[in-house]
Amino acid sequence: MPATQERATKSPVDDSLFAPLNNKSAEHDAIVRPSVGYWKDAWQRLLKNKLAVSGLIIIVFLTIMAIIGPMLTPYTYSEQTLSNQNAGPSAEHWFGTDNLGRDMFTRTWYGARISLFIGFAAALIEFVIGVLYGGISGYKGGRVDNILMRIVDVLYGLPYLLVVILLMVIMGPGLFTIIVALTLTGWIGMARIVRGQVLQLKTNEYVLASKVLGASTSRIIRKHLLPNTMGPVIVSMTLTVPGAIFAEAFLSFLGLGVSAPVASWGSMANDALGVLNTGYWWRLFFPAFFISLTMLAFNVFGDGLRDALDPKMRR
Amino acid sequence: MLKYILKRFAWMVLTVWIIITLTFFLMHAIPGDPLDVADVGSSDAASANLAAYYNLDQPLAMQYVTYLKNVVTFDFGPSMTSRSRTVNDMIESGFPASLQLGLATLFFSVISGVVLGVFAALKHNKMIDYLTMILAVIGISIPNFIQSMLFINYIAVNVEFFPIARWGTYRHVILPAIALASGPMAIIARLTRSNMLEVLTQDYIKTAKAKGLSTMKIVVKHALRNALLPVVTIMGALTAAVLTGSFVVERIFAIPGIGQYFVNSISNRDYPMIMATTVIYSTILVVMMFIVDILYGLIDPRIKLHSKED
Amino acid sequence: MSETLLEINDLAVSFSTQGGEVQAVRGVSFAVAPGETVAIVGESGCGKSVTAQSIMRLVPEPPGRIKHGSIHLNGKDLAALSDKQMRSVRGKQIGMIFQDPMTSLNPTLTVGDQLTEGILTHENISKSEAEKKAVELLNLVGIANPQERLKLYPHQFSGGMRQRIMIAMALMCKPSLLIADEPTTALDVTIQAQIIDLFKEIQEKTGVAIIIITHDLGVVAQIADRINVMYAGEIVESGTVKEIFYKPQHPYTRGLLTSVPRLDGDRSQPLIPIAGTPPDLFSPPEGCAFTSRCKYAMEVCRAYDPAVTHLSDRHFTKCWLQDERAEKPF
Repeated sequence: MPATQERATKSPVDDSLFAPLNNKSAEHDAIVRPSVGYWKDAWQRLLKNKLAVSGLIIIVFLTIMAIIGPMLTPYTYSEQTLSNQNAGPSAEHWFGTDNLGRDMFTRTWYGARISLFIGFAAALIEFVIGVLYGGISGYKGGRVDNILMRIVDVLYGLPYLLVVILLMVIMGPGLFTIIVALTLTGWIGMARIVRGQVLQLKTNEYVLASKVLGASTSRIIRKHLLPNTMGPVIVSMTLTVPGAIFAEAFLSFLGLGVSAPVASWGSMANDALGVLNTGYWWRLFFPAFFISLTMLAFNVFGDGLRDALDPKMRR
Repeated sequence: MLKYILKRFAWMVLTVWIIITLTFFLMHAIPGDPLDVADVGSSDAASANLAAYYNLDQPLAMQYVTYLKNVVTFDFGPSMTSRSRTVNDMIESGFPASLQLGLATLFFSVISGVVLGVFAALKHNKMIDYLTMILAVIGISIPNFIQSMLFINYIAVNVEFFPIARWGTYRHVILPAIALASGPMAIIARLTRSNMLEVLTQDYIKTAKAKGLSTMKIVVKHALRNALLPVVTIMGALTAAVLTGSFVVERIFAIPGIGQYFVNSISNRDYPMIMATTVIYSTILVVMMFIVDILYGLIDPRIKLHSKED
Repeated sequence: MSETLLEINDLAVSFSTQGGEVQAVRGVSFAVAPGETVAIVGESGCGKSVTAQSIMRLVPEPPGRIKHGSIHLNGKDLAALSDKQMRSVRGKQIGMIFQDPMTSLNPTLTVGDQLTEGILTHENISKSEAEKKAVELLNLVGIANPQERLKLYPHQFSGGMRQRIMIAMALMCKPSLLIADEPTTALDVTIQAQIIDLFKEIQEKTGVAIIIITHDLGVVAQIADRINVMYAGEIVESGTVKEIFYKPQHPYTRGLLTSVPRLDGDRSQPLIPIAGTPPDLFSPPEGCAFTSRCKYAMEVCRAYDPAVTHLSDRHFTKCWLQDERAEKPF
């Protein structure tokens, strides 16, 4: 403890400065930080994440190629040139040909159509069913919630790929069957997320406050529940896409996917199984590379989205 | 605790029953006579005999009751493709390989996933963290059947140590187990990491630090236990992924497991076999989830109290 | 002047964030004598908790960093110790209690395990001896049937009981200093009073010195010997309880006192809140940090940092109103 000093008397400061300061009240309540909307803020944070942005760029590129890729060659996906089997990549066949002489480049991008279509369709259908089911369950609560959730519990116990396989056996292979089979169990995860969010949000003070102020049910759902649920839902949708793409490839690989001449990455990989260790590397490489690249892009983008939408990350 | 276990157990039995029933009626809803596929061109008398052999001449309800009875006594009847063998024979011959592969995969994915996740969390935003997460996202992104084929094409062919296919020694297990495990491992690593990061910011970690405990002790005793709780909950789903993944991996590596039979039974429309595998796999899965629930109750003391209050 | 247990000199702590450096603590100095209770009072974000955590070196590094200053405990500079050396101080010489007893205990370990693990780390004693010690301390903090309670988990106790357990835990190794970071904030008012009484009781029985961090002046009046009022990372006024409550010199201290109800005061007087919010510590203002919220602010306050003025042996304040050229408003 320093010894007692004299009261501070003269300090090297101009006497005139001891005039009262006119404190404006506006200064007190000045907003320290500019207000940035939730979505805009999230978008800005997403753009800072280089990995997520490259994921998005790859997704856009793959989508464009899926649309125009098959048109860039003079071949169709099923056109066989038996004189030109298992030809390596060349100026005529950029990705080579398969054992029936079909152009791998055309088939690869045709496969991209199938994969991306299934991915997006599954995500969209799961979104609709999941949000409705989970939303009703969470918002109604009580007995409705209890019954709906018991159903989900049972469905959740079913091994999902097994169900899909059973369905494929019963309904016969095809694009439509795959989508039905995938969404049959796929919406459960989404419904759980939505229900959890809604249950939690429902009890939040700001929802209560809004109720006390006389807001209608639809306003509460539109203004409070939906926007706050959308973050995790969008992230879940983004991560559903690679899951669905994997499932399609997996089924096609087992021979349960799209039927014969139609190209899919999974069936192309399956075709390559017969020519492993033969030096026809392009047979495996192109479908394998593009499945992996697509899944990678969606995973990375979904992760970035999750970080960007996490309210805890705001500062 | 006992009440909790009993409740979970009842739930498990219910789920298995639903699965068996669903599978049974789905299988019988398939248009067309399964015997057509199984045996083309046999006489009417012969197919009547066959129908009796497979109980197909009885009313559906009777068939269902018989089937339930048989399943309870673990008798799945004769196979439709290889008539002399029962489904039980085939399962018995395939089960050891599948079990070995499955256990090796689970073991490998859990251990390496947890270790990687913990290291990444402790070295948050450092090189190890980034490398682990890159590895994890790659592990998730490359499908197991692609990995299997790449392993055969580039590793097994060039490295003498790894056999290209078949089953038998521990060396046969390594490549298929890695191909199957890398996805689950990546998921576990990511989950462990994010949980660890979350747990490390908890107040009780601060309390532990304030007591003067070493970092090692804090991580192992206070953080890891809590961080692993969510990991335990996804074990059920991971088992499902490993089980279904084994269908393709067994096929690619020509491993004589149940997965092989299952895939063949699908293309051959061998209904007893399909039903048997579905029931067995679902049961394994549901039992796994039951174990997970119990484990969860053991690790987290709060669960116990909750069920007491119920 | 009596001997000092803890002496903090010109302590500065900052956090580097994406937005820049936050100067959470900006040159704090104070001392604690053995057996004394010192309070640190201030609004949220004034740096009082960071100060407390710096003493224990619990400020996460990075992003946090002790920029300069020293923290001497019994003449040893804690700021200069290695991590390993620091661990032997934590829990052993200094015990710490946190704000929220609901989250400060590990939910998956028994209370007995958590009570004894500190002493088992620091002292070479057997598990049963440690448990005996834990029972003793649970008795001290007023928990009945301590022997059976050791086997229970935190969720089986109420908030007040958990805070008692936290206190017992902090006292396991007979520390000479106890830091309590907002120990009553998360508790019900009736429980708060019990915990305050408990602090007084354990201080009488063990002679431990206490640093109590709080924003609740009621708590301070009951147990503190001396008070440090913090604002924007600095101590703006310091003195004995009497000096601070009856002769507050800093406008901020006065503001704090007029914003809480008093039983002994004139009850017809309205409570007056302090307008505005604390300054952004990314870029603290040039002069006195309180200027923009101060009723008595002068031009000089905005331009120059005020000097410390000592009003008595232990009472000092950091305000331009002490300058003889300033008009005395009170």
